[in-house]
Amino acid sequence: MTRSRTSSDVVVDDGTTDADGRVEQSATAPDFPRARTCPYQPPAGHEALAERGPLSRVTLYDGREVWLVTGHAEGRALLTDQRLSSDRQNPAFPVFAARAEGQGEAPLPLIGYDDPEHARQRRMLIPSFGLKRIAAMRPQIQRIADELIDAMLAGGPEAELVSAYALPLPSMVICSLLGVPYEEHELFESLSRALLLSETGAQARGIRQEFEDYLDGLIARKEAAPGEGLLDELIADRLTEGQLDRRDLVMTAMVTLVAGHETTANMISLGMYTLHEHPDQLAALRADPALMPGAVEELLRYLSIADVMVRVATADIEVAGQTVRAGDGVILGASLINRDAGVYERPGVLDVRRSARHHVAFGFGIHQCLGQNLARAELEIAFTTLLTRIPTLRIAVARDELLIKPATTLQGLFTLPVAW
Amino acid sequence: MKLAIDADTCIGSGQCALAAPGVFTQDDDGFGAVLPGREDGAGDPLVQEAVRACPVQAITAEEG
Repeated sequence: MTRSRTSSDVVVDDGTTDADGRVEQSATAPDFPRARTCPYQPPAGHEALAERGPLSRVTLYDGREVWLVTGHAEGRALLTDQRLSSDRQNPAFPVFAARAEGQGEAPLPLIGYDDPEHARQRRMLIPSFGLKRIAAMRPQIQRIADELIDAMLAGGPEAELVSAYALPLPSMVICSLLGVPYEEHELFESLSRALLLSETGAQARGIRQEFEDYLDGLIARKEAAPGEGLLDELIADRLTEGQLDRRDLVMTAMVTLVAGHETTANMISLGMYTLHEHPDQLAALRADPALMPGAVEELLRYLSIADVMVRVATADIEVAGQTVRAGDGVILGASLINRDAGVYERPGVLDVRRSARHHVAFGFGIHQCLGQNLARAELEIAFTTLLTRIPTLRIAVARDELLIKPATTLQGLFTLPVAW
Repeated sequence: MKLAIDADTCIGSGQCALAAPGVFTQDDDGFGAVLPGREDGAGDPLVQEAVRACPVQAITAEEG
């Protein structure tokens, strides 16, 4: 989409489409976030948002105006700025979607706190996600990928990729890491999905309660009969020592379990779809598998599935010639920051050979994804194994029949029919 | 150059070890560490990449 207007142009609100098929933006503060119409491209109107400069005003669903950060340098600076807070208990914390209403009542560990509380929570988990631990998990991840593909081939020549591969792979891996019985996956996967897609705060609260009850029961079962996994280690080393209370452990389990499978599942399915939409890139990867680690970074940058990072300012911050005031809400738009043309040449082009380093798909600052290196290992193995073992795989759904996730959750596809 | 990692600041993202594996590693607990004998950066141009990649600016590179 090209626009001839300047960034200060006045345009109208409500997403009406003009004669050229372009979505109009509000004069002062357009609605944000908006739904993608192509699952791997930012929503219509995003280019216009980027043209407004590295920092501009947008309007959330509840009518509140907040700052939107679209610049890469500004985004990275703000994500490491201690004056920008993740504390959901701050009454000024922005509510970016209805499901987050009431978010301050019982914030999730890690994502809902600032240091030093956040550091205390995170440091208990860091050893389990270190590079050496993740490297040691690779053979197991490979075995899981191979077994899932065995099952796909046995049931083929067609499959629904999300349920056959993209979801079970990270789900089995995080279950093994945490010590959650995979036999219970239908329950926790449906709770995770329902939580991320809740339409109201009340609905989200109900699902949260159900999820907490399940995990509380799981921890009780583990106390009675210890198993092997991070949750068992936390019970033995922290819960019994009094360094962690039971509710904290339940919520830590919830965060790591949900973040451990929903994110990667979206990347695997949307990544495969995106590669098939770019046959030259797919061919390059097939010809040279050594490109895969770089391709994973590029897909992370390009797809930016966790597109909305939310913060609140706790002091005045000067940035890009503007003043973010204490109490202002700040949204960091990952897909905008990751397509900053000042950092990435031809940012809208998928190029598996480029250096996509320094993207913020995993965030930046103290909250950068705890499981990022597990995710990298899973994605490399998932893509390589699927491309190698089912080389004739093709997408078996028309573009206009894709089921794309809404704006207020992790971006991706609900289903992806494939055939070979 | 004298490289150091602030252990209290490090969040174990592994970015230093991924960016400049000839100079940085992670200890067994998953925290960043400078490889023994490489505290001077070993002339590795990737050190600056690692400093920039660190999400919490835990790496200090003192000149001299």
